Amino acid sequence: MIKKKISVSKILTYAVLCFWALTTIYPFIWVILNSFRQKGLIISDSFSIPMGSAFTWENYITAWERSDFKNAYLNSFIISGTVTIVVVILAGLAAYGLVRYRFKGRNFLYSLVMAGMMFPVFSTIIPVFRMEAVMGIAGTGSRWLSLLAVILPQIAGNLCFAIIVLMGFIQSVPIDLEESAYLDGCNVFQIYFHIIIPAAKSSFATVAIFTFLWSYNDLFTQSFFLRYPQERAITGLLNEISSQAGVNYGLMAASVVLVVIPVLVVYICLQKHIIKGLTAGAVKG
Amino acid sequence: MNSMIYKKKTPLLLFLIPAFLFLAVYLYYPFFQNVLNTFMSIGGLGRAAEGWNDPWYENYQRLFTDPYMRTAMKNTLLLIVCTVVFQVGIALILALLVDTIRVGAKFFRVVYFFPIVISATALGLMFNLIFLYKGGMVNQLLLALNQLPYEVKSNGKVIVEWLDWKDQAHFLFTMFMPVLWQNVGFYFVIIVTGLNNIPQDIYEAAALDGADGWRRTRYISLPLLRNVLCTCLVLAITGALKVFDLPWVMFGAGMPENQGWLTGTYMYDQTFNKMNVDYGSTIAVVIVVLGVVLSNVANRVFKPSEDI
Repeated sequence: MIKKKISVSKILTYAVLCFWALTTIYPFIWVILNSFRQKGLIISDSFSIPMGSAFTWENYITAWERSDFKNAYLNSFIISGTVTIVVVILAGLAAYGLVRYRFKGRNFLYSLVMAGMMFPVFSTIIPVFRMEAVMGIAGTGSRWLSLLAVILPQIAGNLCFAIIVLMGFIQSVPIDLEESAYLDGCNVFQIYFHIIIPAAKSSFATVAIFTFLWSYNDLFTQSFFLRYPQERAITGLLNEISSQAGVNYGLMAASVVLVVIPVLVVYICLQKHIIKGLTAGAVKG
Repeated sequence: MNSMIYKKKTPLLLFLIPAFLFLAVYLYYPFFQNVLNTFMSIGGLGRAAEGWNDPWYENYQRLFTDPYMRTAMKNTLLLIVCTVVFQVGIALILALLVDTIRVGAKFFRVVYFFPIVISATALGLMFNLIFLYKGGMVNQLLLALNQLPYEVKSNGKVIVEWLDWKDQAHFLFTMFMPVLWQNVGFYFVIIVTGLNNIPQDIYEAAALDGADGWRRTRYISLPLLRNVLCTCLVLAITGALKVFDLPWVMFGAGMPENQGWLTGTYMYDQTFNKMNVDYGSTIAVVIVVLGVVLSNVANRVFKPSEDI
């Protein structure tokens, strides 16, 4: 009797869970399928698998030819790569200093970092733009300077989260390791590079992945600073396509897939780090 | 904890100065400058202020008389309520369910979290296709299920009355649904972690006392999740205030007929398209104040218990 009751509730549980999983996966499958469909057919028959005469590569060819995806990918990787590297370096050092040293003003700096997580990008972007215009970085029309103009505020925007997450992990590194290294004659920097970084490697990976994804996916900051076609990064390009594609739905679907695929690959390869790191950061923060 | 190694404070400067210099220049200084800007008159993006406003609180006065700002506030507050109820609610139900199973738990985690890592711009484009007026995925589905009115003309042609998902009657659903859908996985992962942190022996003791599944959830899981849920609540409120990309890609500037503003999109439009830079700064300040006030209220009401 009891056994049977349990299995009924199990079936219900799995039914609900699978339903939500379906709502998560199916839209992506639907878009991928339709990106290979003749563009006219999408609005009449979008659920079947495109085969035979309905199948086409045309949408991808049009998307690649009409929009400068190559350049946009390059810009995105330059921006997000630089942001990620700088954030990991600066946040690592700062987190280490804040965790291991006891000094006056430590709590103050910690609350500054916590407060920094609360500032939405809306509230800093206008003065940042003005500052960078005065410095001659923003609005110059030069591609490299414009990329730099996005990179700098994105670093600041991701730094606080990175510091908080890394502090949580560095705290859990046993201090005995550092003490024995110190007795062996290592200085603080050697300790940081040879003990702390290897011990907290996975959390550095998490922070790097998240920073990269957030930077890659950000539209708001990019739309402020990247005004000219050759500067456009991937989300900006997509936004432009969405306003220009008109009724070419196949082109839209193909463009979405082109942008999602790199992220999907990164996600599947690194999902262990992503979910582990997120929970650590969220629970501690 | 204060080991010998860390007695000498000079290296500390090298650890802290780079990061905090960056934060000072690109986060804290602009933040305060932005508050100052709300009292000034600024002619264009990147230009210097032309002087103080007259009266100095002019922009704040304008907030209360601007009908679009009222719309934006109304929509944003509604979005916050929906985020808390649906996002956290669905995430909680899914997390409690996943906690009872063994097979596939990891699969569900990976799948549910996936939409978070996709750019909202791509999702916006995707949902534009899904909610397309003529022959979008939802409308095709409704047609297949015979839920759309259609008439067959004498020549055999079928005229379908498609449902416009972006009209006055439906735009809130169409705008909110993707935002809510995208972030359920985020809260799900947080709550699942919270559940994993509850010691197993409490459940075992309860089982010995004859508590069934529902009672265990009601009297053990939910009370012990209180802190985690409180964190989720604060994250949901601040997260809803930051929403920009998805509505911007799907609805642009306040569609339909200026009913579709959110504080974020309205701020961007005022700053960038209308060049009301100081007014845009004021809206940004409203967003920050709203976030701080609402998360404090949430913290007061659902005060995290100290005794765990």
